[in-house]
Amino acid sequence: MVAGVSAAVARRLGVDVTIVRVVFVLLALSSFGVAAYVLAWLFIPLEGEETNIASRALNDFPGIALAVAFIPLLVVGLLIASALNAGWLTSLSWSLLVSAAGLVLIWRNADDSDRALLHRAAAPLAELVTPGSKSRRVLWFRLIVGMVLLLVGLAGLLSGHTTRNGYRPFGGLLLVTGAVVVVFGPWWLRIARDLDSERQARARAEERSDMASRVHDSVLQTLALIQRQADHPQQVVQLARAQERELRSWLFDGRPLGSANEEDLTFVAGVHRIQQEVEATHGTTVDAVVVGDCPLDDALRGLLAAGKEATVNAAKWSGAPVVSLYAEVEASGVSMFVRDRGAGFDPAQVPEDRRGIAESVRGRMARLGGAATVRSVPGEGTEVALTMPTERTGRRPHTAPS
Amino acid sequence: MTQSADRSPTVFLVDDHGLFRVGVKAELGDSVVVAGEADEVEAAIELILERLPDVVLLDVHLPGGGGKAVVEAVRRNPEADGVRFLALSVSDAPEDVIGVIRAGARGYVTKTISGADLVDAVKRVAGGDAVFSPRLAGFVLDAFAEMAALPVADGSKAISPSFDPELDQLTAREREVLRLIARGYSYKELASELTISVKTVESHVSAVLRKLQLSTRHQLTRWAAERRLD
Repeated sequence: MVAGVSAAVARRLGVDVTIVRVVFVLLALSSFGVAAYVLAWLFIPLEGEETNIASRALNDFPGIALAVAFIPLLVVGLLIASALNAGWLTSLSWSLLVSAAGLVLIWRNADDSDRALLHRAAAPLAELVTPGSKSRRVLWFRLIVGMVLLLVGLAGLLSGHTTRNGYRPFGGLLLVTGAVVVVFGPWWLRIARDLDSERQARARAEERSDMASRVHDSVLQTLALIQRQADHPQQVVQLARAQERELRSWLFDGRPLGSANEEDLTFVAGVHRIQQEVEATHGTTVDAVVVGDCPLDDALRGLLAAGKEATVNAAKWSGAPVVSLYAEVEASGVSMFVRDRGAGFDPAQVPEDRRGIAESVRGRMARLGGAATVRSVPGEGTEVALTMPTERTGRRPHTAPS
Repeated sequence: MTQSADRSPTVFLVDDHGLFRVGVKAELGDSVVVAGEADEVEAAIELILERLPDVVLLDVHLPGGGGKAVVEAVRRNPEADGVRFLALSVSDAPEDVIGVIRAGARGYVTKTISGADLVDAVKRVAGGDAVFSPRLAGFVLDAFAEMAALPVADGSKAISPSFDPELDQLTAREREVLRLIARGYSYKELASELTISVKTVESHVSAVLRKLQLSTRHQLTRWAAERRLD
């Protein structure tokens, strides 16, 4: 049942919990049952605890003050009862309001013990629940319930003389409903709060794993690259800067990790990224030299993509230990040269697969408005030249990289 | 070519990493005579002046002032005129490399260079030529690029008074040569590409080196300063 009283009673008496529950449900059909359930809840200490709710309630002076605040309600109830001349209402007022006042004490103290339990069960989550605002909310809730009961009672009193027979059950129903709300409200609140903290915990866990994957994709990758480039202070600085920019934009501008990188890249950084990626993937040294720099646009991203494809080809097929990658930003355009001193091939007798690769680079550049030429001599090596004229890029050249 | 090209050149190693010195000695093999080695600036200056090797293989980054300090100190002594410097390092900020070159080094190669290429570079430097690695060629093109973009043809005096076109600008041919070096061409490949002799290539590279060392233009300084901030 609600407060686990059935189980506690069952343990005390040594009978099956279901029997106790059935008894309570049967008793609950009379008002005595509710009282019995509440009394049991009051005086049987929680499992593993020394004190019961009643003893704690006696020390809860603000709670007692709140309970005393129910006296006006009782007075109103008695007034209604006398006005309606209804003896049943008198007894109902007494019993309901006294138990309601008692329950104020009970839930305050029960709440504390539950909070303690919650603390032990989920210490980090419990801190999310700000106790100050919570108890204020509970207080407001009680006040509103009290006001509603009061208004309903007064309305019943005022209209009672004319059509008292019609309102009698209605007024009673309202009072009972109010009492039920007062009794069970805190439980509902707590259930809602539990659900809330559970949802927050889940959201937090999701956020954590999301962050872990993002950190892995960007920060850890960069750290790995930095370790690989430990002998290249300039590249380490560059990597660290790019990562710093990315982290900052993630932390302060809310931009996702991994995406900011692309936007902030300049042409030089793009070329060095090709170098790093090909060196990391294919283990071939890429000797990258870049002259000038400019911001990236779509045409230049295309150029970089084609340059990367050419570099990967050289690393994969040429057999040369070093691939030279030279790029230059000039007023007339941007050019890239990928050269290896490897196997080379006879352009006239290219195997189908390699022709496909050369065509892919050439086609890519042609679509972007640039050009690609491939020169290769068997036994001497291959050079791929990629050019992108300025009018296709719409860039503003700048020699000082940001 | 000087007389030193006829015999095995004597080489002095300056690098603070002992392991690297061992590696370089192994790669140089019998092609050169190792005259000595040092791992910091003071000892290097003293020993170089004492032994006067043909070529000093010099790490750009050294404890006690860097390779630049060694070049400057040694070149202050007239008796060390015949000593040539070849800067060697893993990867450096452009201003450090340009600094060593402007102090008087005859070239710059990266430590990833193969043994055969290193021997070739040492012999070239011993013979009085300049040695440009692709990276150095890129640095130089970058440093001079700004100047090339300025309108010189219309005769306007938009350029600083100290501007000397002889020293402060690369010729079209020199740019072409540097570009091909940056693209990974050897001097021989470069010569056949431009249909010129290797000798001509060498003279172009030496001319660029001279400009690099003697140019006083503001752009070079500013370029280096910008790169330092980068």
